Amino acid sequence: MTDLDPDLARDGPELTGEELHRRLTLAWRRPAGLYGWLSSTDHKEIGKRYIVTAFGFFLVAGVLALVMRTQLARPESGLITADRYNQIFTMHGTTMMFLFAVPVMEAVAIYVIPLMLGTRNMAFARLNAFSFWMYLFGGIMLWVAFALNVGPDAGWFAYTPLSGPEFSPGKRVDIWAQMITFTEVAGLAAAVVMATTILKQRAPGMTLAKMPLFAWSMLVVALMIIFALPAVALDSGMLISDRLVGTHFFNPYERGDALLWQHLFWFFGHPEVYIIFLPATGFISEMTATFSRRPVFAYPAVVLSLIATGLLAFGLWVHHMFATGLPRMGYAFYTAASMTVAIPTGIQIFCWVATIWLGRPVYRVPMLWVIGFIVTFVIGGLTGVMLASVPLDLQLHDTYFVVAHFHYVLIGGAVFPLLGATTYWFPKFTGRLMSEAWGKVAFALVFCGFHLTFFPMHITGMMGMPRRVYTYPAGMGWDTLNLISSIGAFILAAGFATFIVNALVCLRKGRVAGPDPWDAAGLEWATSSPPPVFNFPHIPAVASRTPLWDEGEGLPVMTGLRVDEREHLTTTVIEAIPSVREPSPHPTIWPLLSAIAIGVTFVASIFTPWALVVGLVPSAIALAIWFWPKNPTVPPEPTIE
Amino acid sequence: MRRLAPLVALLALGGCHGQQAVLGGGGRDDALFGGLWQIFLIVTIVFYLVVLAGLTWAVLRRREGGEAVVRTTFYIWVGVVSLTLVGLSIASWLVDRTMNRAAHTGLTVEITAHQWWWDVRYISPGHPDQTLRTSNELHLPVGVPVQVILNSADVIHSFWIPNISGKQDLIPGRNNDIVITPTRVGIYRSQCAEYCGLQHAHMAFDVTIEPLATFQQWWGDGLLPARAPATPEQKAGYAYVTTRECATCHNISGTPATGKVAPDLTHFASRATIGAGTFPMNRGHLYAWLADPQRAKPGNKMPEIGLEPDQLHAVAAYLESLK
Repeated sequence: MTDLDPDLARDGPELTGEELHRRLTLAWRRPAGLYGWLSSTDHKEIGKRYIVTAFGFFLVAGVLALVMRTQLARPESGLITADRYNQIFTMHGTTMMFLFAVPVMEAVAIYVIPLMLGTRNMAFARLNAFSFWMYLFGGIMLWVAFALNVGPDAGWFAYTPLSGPEFSPGKRVDIWAQMITFTEVAGLAAAVVMATTILKQRAPGMTLAKMPLFAWSMLVVALMIIFALPAVALDSGMLISDRLVGTHFFNPYERGDALLWQHLFWFFGHPEVYIIFLPATGFISEMTATFSRRPVFAYPAVVLSLIATGLLAFGLWVHHMFATGLPRMGYAFYTAASMTVAIPTGIQIFCWVATIWLGRPVYRVPMLWVIGFIVTFVIGGLTGVMLASVPLDLQLHDTYFVVAHFHYVLIGGAVFPLLGATTYWFPKFTGRLMSEAWGKVAFALVFCGFHLTFFPMHITGMMGMPRRVYTYPAGMGWDTLNLISSIGAFILAAGFATFIVNALVCLRKGRVAGPDPWDAAGLEWATSSPPPVFNFPHIPAVASRTPLWDEGEGLPVMTGLRVDEREHLTTTVIEAIPSVREPSPHPTIWPLLSAIAIGVTFVASIFTPWALVVGLVPSAIALAIWFWPKNPTVPPEPTIE
Repeated sequence: MRRLAPLVALLALGGCHGQQAVLGGGGRDDALFGGLWQIFLIVTIVFYLVVLAGLTWAVLRRREGGEAVVRTTFYIWVGVVSLTLVGLSIASWLVDRTMNRAAHTGLTVEITAHQWWWDVRYISPGHPDQTLRTSNELHLPVGVPVQVILNSADVIHSFWIPNISGKQDLIPGRNNDIVITPTRVGIYRSQCAEYCGLQHAHMAFDVTIEPLATFQQWWGDGLLPARAPATPEQKAGYAYVTTRECATCHNISGTPATGKVAPDLTHFASRATIGAGTFPMNRGHLYAWLADPQRAKPGNKMPEIGLEPDQLHAVAAYLESLK
């Protein structure tokens, strides 16, 4: 290495191996210590924080579910009061939907997507950090309020006028609405970062048609978030303004409209379900391919299914409102549209089964989750077809049948794939594998516990038990079914606990993984586990959908990126032809400080509208410093020989 | 298959028991629902079994390859799924249309939902003096299509008698209605189906379906003023109820108590429950309610009155006489 030009500023045949590694580390590492930790813009660190935080919310919201199941285990139970129960079911739904399901999918993608695409960091890396802080602060605000008995109690859907100033006095619903504001900001930021990264930072040669299916699903999801979140932003904004400054958007007695809330909420709320589900299908596609030892059958059909689901998702919202007395002919349209979604989903199911059929499947733990997913999710999909029908929905709506349906879809359809994906990418995150044996135990407990909990709820609902009741009378025929569900819930919880303990233990004690423990095909497996701070020493170049299977050790790379400065490669949207070398942001504390300034403004505005005026000043200062051009510090471009 | 067994059992049961059960039998819409439900259930079970069979085969298969066969199967699958969904959509639409074919209604009932009780008004067009007001109970004649006008005084509630028909929301500022046709004599239970706040769980009422003559008799009786107090204790109760706090909110026809914001008590003791389906009607629950309504059903709009023991006995005795 001594004969190497110390000023050589680009990677290439002359600069490779350990020396390249050393120089890239110097360019990409962040300052040590707490300050450096808080300043990080590395997608892997942000992704890990996001994942851990989301699982934390999953755990606490899961504990709330156990409290509810204990209360409902027998009729007329006096374990908790109506007021506490209503806060708990609202917190459970709100936390699971806004603070766990959507963020955790984004979180995994924030970690994995840049590695899959062969790039060094995400686009807008500081915005990515800002997204995490906003999400964290919103979640903390909600849970601190709950601990102080100011937790929201109007349901995760917060229908007006129940959530309005007249019927929900106090600050509970304000907390809920403001938590929505936090997650909107965080979600939109993450979506913009995600879409840009996927469209502009793919490895050379990774055309849209060669992109991993998980990246496709996240691209569709990011665009869906960008279109769906403004609807709920508008909705919660109007609710806050009704509550805080006395507007009457939702007040029927002042020419407002109570149903306007539902339209806007479900215009966001239904796509939300697919925003949770589509990343999960991406996980399933990746795992099915890896463990079947062949690419997913009918790649174009799967991609078109993702896009079709993303589009159709915006045309279904009224199926949440069949009982509100809207015109019948309109209902028929939404029935048909809701049924149509089953076609792309049916196509994807076929493609996964066909992939297993055509391949040489290897049954490691992630593959068990794939099979558990198909067995479970399809039931949820089929009950979804039932609920799309107006006459059936008018009976089943707001009963435990619906509770069963959406837990089949969300746990079976999203949490099962998530646990599979966590097992699958755990070695990439940590460098160690999770235990297979304990993974199987966790799978068995979760699978059996899940069905024991939620299958009886179909029948409980058919027997007339409505949702969101804190207790029920004896002698309705619901007692035994509810007891079974409650027992199942504890088995399910034991399964989740086993999974998490397995992960925590294997963090230190797991078998060392190496770069590609599953013999998978994606680019994320081409770098070490865990990856170095700069991800790839050289940017890989791609010629197929399964680069590691086709190229093996001889994966071609592209050289010429600067090593003395943070730089990543920008490629064209469709063909991924290298176009520009672009500087990548340095670590900075300002996304955190901006999030603090904006977060304090949001929280204070619950108490006085003037907080928005006063809070503008520190927020503007923080953002101005964050965005201040820093180009002069970049050393001059080295000359090209 | 193990998990499907209960569903199949449910299908076989058809009109299973239950005062508050979908498929419980008792209404025209519920029967139509039952037919459509069977179609959907059979179709979805068949599809589920096909997926499970395919998955099982895929897992057990030892060989690799065979893309050509899969490709053909794929096209068949997409075709079958699409056509089935079209069929189910049409079946659903036809049933929906049948349910909503404008029926000639023989009776109009207006229900106004409150947090957390039901105000019921029977309307006889052209005869305002025949208007009957009651609370937390519904009597309907068997075989007569009834138009139920649905209003809300506060938040969104949902009207649902699962044995008879699907649900319809009561939304403040909107005029909703539903036509229901009971087809079987019996007592059913109805419960609010939209989350409406603290005591959403305790917002139910009994629905009595009876022959037309019995119904007309009930309506006629309902129009009679409240019974006059007979015993000294009842008289003391009457004096308290009509001159003190109770009369501010409650109405008892034929007495000075003409409040309109709380349930009508004219024939209170003839109802089966107290507190909108919260407790069965008996002396113990009546005493508990009167002594502290906030303990009996926390959050309801009736404040604790603080009755002295003798007042409590008197008021309870009078209310129990209101058959």
